Amino acid sequence: MNITEERAQQWRVDLRNAMKAKERTGIPRVHMPELDPQYRSHTLFEEVNLGLTPEMAMQEAKRCLDCANPTCMQGCPVGIYIPKFVKQVETGDFLAAARTLKETSALPAVCGRVCPQEKQCEAQCIHTKMNKDAVGIGNLERFVADYERESGNISVPETAPANGIKIAVVGSGPAGLSFAGDMAKLGYDVTVFEALHEIGGVLKYGIPEFRLPNAIVDVEINNLKAIGVKFINNCIVGKTITIDDLKADGFKGVFVGSGAGLPRFMNIKGENLVGIMSSNEYLTRVNLMDASSENSDTPVFLGKKVAVIGGGNTAMDSVRTARRLGAERAMIVYRRSEEEMPARLEEVKHAKEEGIEFMTLRNPIDFKGNVQGRVVQMTLQVMELGEPDASGRRSPVEVPGKTETIEVDEVIISVGVSPNPLIPQSVTGLEVTKWGTIVVNNDTMQTDIPMIFAGGDIVRGGATVILAMGDGRKAAASMHEWLSK
Amino acid sequence: MNKIVSKEYFSANVIKFEVEAPLIARSRKAGHFVMVKVGAKGERIPLTIADANILKGTITLVVQKMGVSSSKLCALNEGDYITDLVGPLGKATHIENFGTVICACGGVGTAPMLPIVAALKEAGNKVITVLAARSKDLIILEEQMKKLADEVIVMTDDGSYGNKGLVTNGVEKVINREKVDLCVTIGPAIMMKFVSLLTKKYDVPTLASLNTIMVDGTGMCGACRVSVGGKTKFVCVDGPEFDAHLVDFDEMLMRLGGYRDIEREEMEKLKCASGAF
Ligand SMILES: Cc1cc2nc3c(=O)[nH]c(=O)nc-3n(C[C@H](O)[C@H](O)[C@H](O)COP(=O)(O)OP(=O)(O)OC[C@H]3O[C@@H](n4cnc5c(N)ncnc54)[C@H](O)[C@@H]3O)c2cc1C
Ligand SMILES: Cc1cc2nc3c(=O)[nH]c(=O)nc-3n(C[C@H](O)[C@H](O)[C@H](O)COP(=O)(O)OP(=O)(O)OC[C@H]3O[C@@H](n4cnc5c(N)ncnc54)[C@H](O)[C@@H]3O)c2cc1C
Ligand code: SF4
Ligand code: SF4
Ligand code: FES
Repeated sequence: MNITEERAQQWRVDLRNAMKAKERTGIPRVHMPELDPQYRSHTLFEEVNLGLTPEMAMQEAKRCLDCANPTCMQGCPVGIYIPKFVKQVETGDFLAAARTLKETSALPAVCGRVCPQEKQCEAQCIHTKMNKDAVGIGNLERFVADYERESGNISVPETAPANGIKIAVVGSGPAGLSFAGDMAKLGYDVTVFEALHEIGGVLKYGIPEFRLPNAIVDVEINNLKAIGVKFINNCIVGKTITIDDLKADGFKGVFVGSGAGLPRFMNIKGENLVGIMSSNEYLTRVNLMDASSENSDTPVFLGKKVAVIGGGNTAMDSVRTARRLGAERAMIVYRRSEEEMPARLEEVKHAKEEGIEFMTLRNPIDFKGNVQGRVVQMTLQVMELGEPDASGRRSPVEVPGKTETIEVDEVIISVGVSPNPLIPQSVTGLEVTKWGTIVVNNDTMQTDIPMIFAGGDIVRGGATVILAMGDGRKAAASMHEWLSK
Repeated sequence: MNKIVSKEYFSANVIKFEVEAPLIARSRKAGHFVMVKVGAKGERIPLTIADANILKGTITLVVQKMGVSSSKLCALNEGDYITDLVGPLGKATHIENFGTVICACGGVGTAPMLPIVAALKEAGNKVITVLAARSKDLIILEEQMKKLADEVIVMTDDGSYGNKGLVTNGVEKVINREKVDLCVTIGPAIMMKFVSLLTKKYDVPTLASLNTIMVDGTGMCGACRVSVGGKTKFVCVDGPEFDAHLVDFDEMLMRLGGYRDIEREEMEKLKCASGAF
């Protein structure tokens, strides 16, 4: 059935006729309940968003017009069948809605939480063209996935009979996990190799629990285990074993989802002072190593005056973590204006509610330390917005001679990541760009070495969970086709 | 989980472990290290692979008790499991026949020097090891070193054993005595700094194996960064060995001290918990 035929089904027609479009657009957007900002800015592990109740979800679903031309779907990188699942929510058939989501998304509970919806599906919702709030697609997606999980009725996907063909996956982030799931469903014998001691990639070591609880990621991992996917942690492909070793072991295909794990620094004076670190280091200490807990052996600085340099999700996660760990001043320093910030809108809003200071149009030019080499001060160059650059954003230019000095005791650098160089370095003949990303055929995700496919941040540079997941699924479909030839 | 197949005391505070790790045993080279984590909430610490046995599928680690994490590891026994172990990491030492090589090591640097001495010997070099410590009871691995190197010169600060003097006195004596083609130094940063200053004076090319603080050991965090020739490098992926004459040791010393206060607190907790206090 194509989407026009589906839309013509009686239950959809009846539902559409049950309420006038005008009435639907008149309903205000249901607000996601959240923890009190004062309380949550001191608790590291509790999720900020509390989720919708079934009644709230059904109410929000009513707002969707079930458009003949659902533009929202064009905004979703994986083309989730949005009106269908939303209408299933409206009828209260949440488990059916969950099945709809899973036709296209491997990680709905994750994407519903971390997708930049306001730039993707929700940006294209018809409501926004009428100057109304978009349908809360992300919130509904999260609700449906959580409902299914909590109901204990998780539909175990049907898997094809085992075909005995061994497939290796490098990295257990969203790209690797979604690839592994699809291949296992097709009957392949899939092994995921992960360099760290934990499975999950950025979902575990990067994104904090107050935004994405580890338990949710673990459910997805356990679902994969249930359909036969094997996980080997503490194993670095290219170091512990090589791709040639894998070939010799009988692996017929390799998917590389090794992410963009290399932090960038700014190369300015004083950047190596004690107390200055990358957001990767800070978040890894706190999230992966649980450094702020009493019983953890890994130390972490608990800064009182913390500056985070950058304006992306990673910067927001770092600054909100610092706040939760007791920072009296937790500041975002960003060289453009708030409008250009790449972070999700919701994170910026939540950060502000939690008392984060936003120092926009400011760029650090040096750091000063005390006699022990600990950072005590930063100098900020004041900026203003100039002409739009290649990315279409107005580029920041210095206001000559205008600087500020700010006292700090911890600085977290969050100005971007580069692709993880391990695989490109260890596989001869693999084509990479000058930025270190792996070159693939965009339709198939195949590299110039036929048995190696790749996707996610290692191909795109720092991107998003949903794009990584989409790549994994695309690569699985085309590797299956390639192996079936 | 990696099983400990044997444990041997080199001294009260220096312990040799043979650990099951067949894949690493196969792929490691001299100079490589592993990251080791003991317990669910343990810290990831770097340890050099001192030796490997491909047939038995084991690697050898020589660990010196320093603080919480190395003590927790040293408390494990034969038959116990190391929670997490990953490697081999870092760049392997560049080994060739240089001619005459001085290996200057002290303190925590003596263990990681062993496999380098072995590899240098195998490539046909004449190897002179200068082994230094504050006093006699802190000299470790002398026997093991003697088996590998052509000559071992022991230096103690207080003269309680070997020659009285610092590691640099030992190195300088050799340089004045014969032509030295390369110096390799591993030890406390302060020691490497002074070895480097000395060999620079004599124009002897020098490699230092840097033991910075690490978190992941795979290039992901930047905790291990140092300035080498004015550029920021990550010790875990670009090193651990660098041209000593280009390393900013003062910056490295400053960064090593970064967590000292927190580590001390942790150690007090461990002592209290183990009833030592
Ligand atoms: C703090 C933070 C917050 C973010 N917030 C959001 C958000 O809100 N919304 C959003 O859409 N995106 C967000 N992102 C971006 C998103 O997380 C990434 O785009 C996504 O995780 C990329 O997925 P991936 O599978 O390509 O790689 P990763 O998730 O990076 O996983 C790669 C994995 O591969 C492993 N690996 C690497 N090399 C090897 C090797 N040689 N052998 C074995 N294993 C290897 C790594 O250890 C890692 O576990 C955020 C990123 C960060 C860091
Ligand atoms: C590449 C590399 C290879 C290494 N190989 C070995 C090895 O083969 N055997 C071995 O015993 N150790 C080795 N080390 C050092 C080892 O990692 C540290 O001793 C260990 O991390 C200390 O952890 P801890 O929690 O026990 O002590 P901590 O509580 O972290 O430290 C206790 C005290 O030791 C000091 N200290 C901590 N780390 C170092 C260091 N790296 N150098 C000098 N002083 C330090 C601290 O400042 C503190 O005063 C290596 C380090 C690196 C970077
Ligand atoms: S996956 Fe992301 S973009 Fe797609 S519908 Fe869900 S929230 Fe929107
Ligand atoms: S565009 Fe908006 S209203 Fe139309 S189908 Fe999509 S979510 Fe519903
Ligand atoms: S230890 Fe993290 S980058 Fe070197």
